[in-house]
Amino acid sequence: MKFLLIMQVNPAVLEALTEAERDSIGAGHENFMKTVRESGEFIGTQALADPANSVTVRGTGGVPAVTDGPFLEAKEFMGGYYMVDVESKERAVELAQLIPDAKFNGLSIEVRPIMFEAGFDM
Amino acid sequence: MTGTGTVEDLLRTLAPRVLAVLVRRHGQFDACEDAVQEALLAAAVQWPADGVPDEPAGWLVTVAGRRLTDQWRSESARRRRETAVAVAQPYHELITPSPAEELDRHVDDTLTLLFLCCHPSLSAPSQVALTLRAVGGLTTEQIARAFLVPETTMGQRISRAKQKIKEAGATFAMPAGPERAERLAVVLHVLYLIFNEGYTATSGPDLQRVELTGEAIRLTREVRRLLADDDPAAGEAAGLLALMLLTDSRRATRATPDGALVPLAEQDRARWDAALIREGTELTERTMATAALGPYQLQAAIAAVHAEAASTAETDWRQILVLYEILDRMAPNPMVTLNRAVATAQVHGPRAGLALLDGLAGDKRVAGNHRLDAVRGHLLELAGDPAAAREAYTRAARRTVSRPEQRYLEAKAAHLR
Repeated sequence: MKFLLIMQVNPAVLEALTEAERDSIGAGHENFMKTVRESGEFIGTQALADPANSVTVRGTGGVPAVTDGPFLEAKEFMGGYYMVDVESKERAVELAQLIPDAKFNGLSIEVRPIMFEAGFDM
Repeated sequence: MTGTGTVEDLLRTLAPRVLAVLVRRHGQFDACEDAVQEALLAAAVQWPADGVPDEPAGWLVTVAGRRLTDQWRSESARRRRETAVAVAQPYHELITPSPAEELDRHVDDTLTLLFLCCHPSLSAPSQVALTLRAVGGLTTEQIARAFLVPETTMGQRISRAKQKIKEAGATFAMPAGPERAERLAVVLHVLYLIFNEGYTATSGPDLQRVELTGEAIRLTREVRRLLADDDPAAGEAAGLLALMLLTDSRRATRATPDGALVPLAEQDRARWDAALIREGTELTERTMATAALGPYQLQAAIAAVHAEAASTAETDWRQILVLYEILDRMAPNPMVTLNRAVATAQVHGPRAGLALLDGLAGDKRVAGNHRLDAVRGHLLELAGDPAAAREAYTRAARRTVSRPEQRYLEAKAAHLR
């Protein structure tokens, strides 16, 4: 079963982190990657740029409208994801708990099943 | 001379025998398994071009043995001295001591390998992957493609599985006593998982992946052939094989050409595979008459009742209900109760089926599962409550992680609008 572990980040929380906390998050992600690679559960990961860089194309019932900025102005947004292939939903949740973000108030990981995929190099 | 298809079939049959010979000779299941995989790849390239050698198993054992010694040679000088002795022994003597003895050994070997690959210390996906490679003789690339994961991921999963087996201290030996029965149940379950993954792809765009169902059937045939008729597990191995054959007989009618799901009631039964039905039904009848009853036999029997009916209306639902009742007592499971509710509705009316579903509402294993809502929708529709049925179908459509199922459930909901 494939899942996306979606890292929901809050930039205000990230900015308030100490240098040591930031380092521990960086090291924690390296550890996490190592764990899922070695277990044969890792499919892929991407980190996304800040939504300040986003352009949104909106359906308007005919001609798509293009506006600068994210789809939703929100305090929290998707900062990136891991894609994993695991035995069960329980295992996916267990993995999400290993992601260092899960230790900080204001950062979350959403565990969401994948239904359809195409175009990955498999 | 020989087509690549036949070479591949031959290699896949020989793979577990060759691996067993090496493991018995050298121990080190993980290193031997890698060496056999390399030998299989070499043969897959050379044999179609140069022809199949006179002693194909001996060829593979020799080539895999050389890979092993090459590997050890590069590891240390101490190893070098040890393996020089090993290499001096002709491998073909190891695999063909005498025809009768070889056959006996082959039986034990393939089963022992299956026990090792389905070791309880491994997760289900690891058991499945290792079984397909070490016993099924599939390449990592083929397995990765079947499960839609990158080859590196599958390769890592397999090598981690082998490492875990080593850490668990498992040896190449047949488990004895009650452990044998327990482990054999795990082996059958792994084969069942392989079949199911092929038949109802757990996620993704396609409803079925044929190569996995074919492989599961091939391996289950092999297990059944290897078990003595009086083996306590022989009945369930036969039951599992019959269940797979009968389920697979409906393959061509389960989906439309564009991949939409077709439910049992609407399948074109004239296109069900009559040969598979005949084999599965005969096997079920023969097994249930002689062996101790088990859950796979019961599920096969239910599939056989469906297979003999010309339509849903002509199906012997009373018999199906009795079989589900026995199954639910023998192996209680909310998924079985769901099916029992469908059969109950056919025999005693949809309200009786819905009452059974109410009993499942508090069951954590099934609460929130799309199947509960899908069945509820079906029974509410039969009960003449289209508004509630539509709501249930819509909930189920949101919950499923299978695209064809979602399309089907959405269409059901739209139809009731």
